[in-house]
Amino acid sequence: MNSTLLRTTAVRSALRAAAPSASKRAGLAGTTFVRGKATLPDLPYDYGALEPAISGKIMELHHKNHHNTYVTSYNNFITQLEEAQASSSIEAIQKQIALKPLINFHGGGHINHSLFWENLAPTSQGGGEPPTGKLASVINESYGSLDAFKEKFNTALAGIQGSGWAWLVQDVQTGAVGIRTYANQDPVVGQFRPILGIDAWEHAYYLQYQNRKAEYFKAIWDVVNWKTAEQRLK
Amino acid sequence: MELHHGKHHQTYITNLNAALKTQAEAVHTSDITTQVSLQAAIKFNAGGHINHSLFWQNLAPASSAEAKGSAAPQLVKQIKETWGDEEKFREAFKAALLGIQGSGWGWLVKVEIGNEQRLSIVTTKDQDPVVGKGEVPIFGVDMWEHAYYLQYLNGKAAYVENIWNVINWKTAEERFVGTRADAFKILKASI
Ligand SMILES: [Fe+2]
Ligand SMILES: [Fe+2]
Ligand SMILES: [Fe+2]
Repeated sequence: MNSTLLRTTAVRSALRAAAPSASKRAGLAGTTFVRGKATLPDLPYDYGALEPAISGKIMELHHKNHHNTYVTSYNNFITQLEEAQASSSIEAIQKQIALKPLINFHGGGHINHSLFWENLAPTSQGGGEPPTGKLASVINESYGSLDAFKEKFNTALAGIQGSGWAWLVQDVQTGAVGIRTYANQDPVVGQFRPILGIDAWEHAYYLQYQNRKAEYFKAIWDVVNWKTAEQRLK
Repeated sequence: MELHHGKHHQTYITNLNAALKTQAEAVHTSDITTQVSLQAAIKFNAGGHINHSLFWQNLAPASSAEAKGSAAPQLVKQIKETWGDEEKFREAFKAALLGIQGSGWGWLVKVEIGNEQRLSIVTTKDQDPVVGKGEVPIFGVDMWEHAYYLQYLNGKAAYVENIWNVINWKTAEERFVGTRADAFKILKASI
């Protein structure tokens, strides 16, 4: 992933690793191997910057609490996995396998939200401006028009039974784009490349829209950052 | 509670009735493809209706006599036999609820197979209902974010902690000593 957010994250973790407390901890552990921990990326805009589409209160809770919990839990379970991998006893392998869904969920939550923050932008920074270039052409070829695409995307969002995400994805083999929904925090990996994702968990809209989720799905297009989406397309 | 009942639960019922109507037409015209394609919508919306109907009944105001464990002597006895004590049961139930990834429910279920009967903590995803053979739902806790978000925000552990104050043990006892048909009789009344 060549996103600004994750570059920022790398810089931040480097800074943290250099901080006295971190090096002290590494020293105490008596090891020279220090894995880079996942960190909560800064938002590229203020919490209130996506209003009125998404309230500042939602953005703050969503980023500082929800996303941060995924980061913390992911780090915790990866550490447990590393410990479990030190042995190949039956118990250790059971533990490794039991950790897989937890890493999928929390690691997925971390990367989904990191990509989501980046594929949104305040209108003052280009949010809602229609795509241009290659992304515009593939959307028009596949869906007829941007409006027709949004309508299909919103139908997919509305059809999610429970918590999940809808993504515009690109097939890594054929290059074709499509709309896919993912349950819970299942990440877009493998055959598909994430281009644009919308969070359909209730925490993403409930404080502002309550059960009127169709209104949230309609409003979010005002703050979609199509430039970022375009950069993800190959 | 008002939104949850008036909007969410109502939406499941509205969508269920629409799906059942379409299904009746598809049955009438022997359109098997349509019948099969409706299954997911029926399961989801019927599940939402069943789960919420059972949920409202297994809650009670904290100050009421129904909200005391003493209203469920036989159930509490078997809980103690199964988990050791009530505290261990609550811990196990809480861990199950907090382990749900995404939307779902946690249930205390009585499972009856032949002459054998046991209690079990079960979690289900989205609106999947507890309707398996021999399964009697005793009480359920809604772990969708809409159930707690306006009050607890992301603090779902506090929601789970406080839900114990409003469990209707009288209803739970009735479902525990009764049959599967007894537990679901509210649904017959409401359709
Ligand atoms: Fe989210
Ligand atoms: Fe949810
Ligand atoms: Fe609910």
